[in-house]
Amino acid sequence: MSPEKFEPLIIGFLCNWCSYAGADLAGTSRLQYPSNIRVIRVMCTGRIDPTFVMAALARGADGVLIAGCHPGECHYIGGNYKAAHRMALLKKTLAQLGIEQERVRLEWVSASEGSRFASIVTEMTEQVRKLGPLGRNGGGEHV
Amino acid sequence: MSKPKLALYWAASCGGCDVAVLDTNEKILDIAGIVDIVFWPVAMDFKYHHVEAMADGSIDLCLFNGAVRNSEQKKIANLLRAKSKTLVAFGSCACFGGIPALSNFTNRAGTFERAYVEAPSNEKDNKTFPQAITKVSEGELELPEFFDTVLTLGQVVKVDYLVPGCPPPVDLILKLVDAFATSQLPPPGATLASEKTLCDECERVKEGKSISRIYRPHEIIPDTKRCLLEQGLICFGPATRGGCGQRCIQANMPCRGCFGPSAGVIDQGAKLLSAIASIYQGDSEEDITRMLDEIKDPAGTFYRFGLASSILKRKRL
Repeated sequence: MSPEKFEPLIIGFLCNWCSYAGADLAGTSRLQYPSNIRVIRVMCTGRIDPTFVMAALARGADGVLIAGCHPGECHYIGGNYKAAHRMALLKKTLAQLGIEQERVRLEWVSASEGSRFASIVTEMTEQVRKLGPLGRNGGGEHV
Repeated sequence: MSKPKLALYWAASCGGCDVAVLDTNEKILDIAGIVDIVFWPVAMDFKYHHVEAMADGSIDLCLFNGAVRNSEQKKIANLLRAKSKTLVAFGSCACFGGIPALSNFTNRAGTFERAYVEAPSNEKDNKTFPQAITKVSEGELELPEFFDTVLTLGQVVKVDYLVPGCPPPVDLILKLVDAFATSQLPPPGATLASEKTLCDECERVKEGKSISRIYRPHEIIPDTKRCLLEQGLICFGPATRGGCGQRCIQANMPCRGCFGPSAGVIDQGAKLLSAIASIYQGDSEEDITRMLDEIKDPAGTFYRFGLASSILKRKRL
């Protein structure tokens, strides 16, 4: 990694029905967005355990994007509401653990919003780049 | 044939685990009858050099309580590991970091600042901090080096069994001693408690998991028969290992999670966070804001006993 430009690693958990299709549309529409995101498809944002986000951050991710169907449009009726509750509480918890709010982001992206997906990834990559790498061990394991 | 040798040690702990051993009351005499206690700093006069002089593996069972937060504790953890056939992380601090691991929300400097400057019992303007090395006219004085991060015993040495609890309940201690004495310990790596969650064992009436307001324990007097979580108290039952005898639940207090994550769970705090958030009713932004407002200190609550052993282990500084 060159010292002048830090390339953040962002893990994206995208729901199968809306946001993954939205990301697919961004690709097939030839929209440009940073390649810093690594996408993991899940069936629903309601499937995303806070453990997944913590594990990603602890194992090398600098940021985590969670994207799902707009409120009221969940394929499983209410999974995205569960996700909204969990991620809000998770973010408050992570803040206490010294992890900046911008590193974990919950967004609603429908299957037709390829351009929205591209702009979210672009914006988030720049925000996380500004924050710099997430310390792996919180400033030293022992001393 | 000589009796098996037992060692007990305390590291970063409050002493409650040692008291719990004594709480076995007259059974302690039975324990003393079947084993020779070769090291127990809190109760008997043994020195480190006595342990150093023992052959490797000559201690049959070592109960190590307390987290590891300084160089002396780490050294003794390594020493006792080498000398012990079976090493048990005894109590929540040794297993998961416990209450001392709450200082993983800060570092050595922050902990010292709190303990030696901010705490109301300190003499005003006196800023004396412990130093690893102090030079005096007679030479150098040495204190153990204090770590930035509180560690579990298992993060320092290989641990054979976990016996959780703050402190471990007496019947669990007796179960451990009995299993040891009759050579019926499970395969190494096991946690000597229940495989079920606390909720699974709890006999309170559970009607349906949904809450629309979270109360702190001092805000309500809960019904003694109904599920505490359903009454709006943050109870660790869904994410915590059972086997504790439900001392808190029976005292009408919600579980605080001292038995650590239930079987198969990696991060107790994250699981509880997930459970609480998903049963909180209301889908609007205001509902979420209200939930966040009602949970004053989520990280300190969800990781009360398990910060050191959690996925993130400590605050990023």
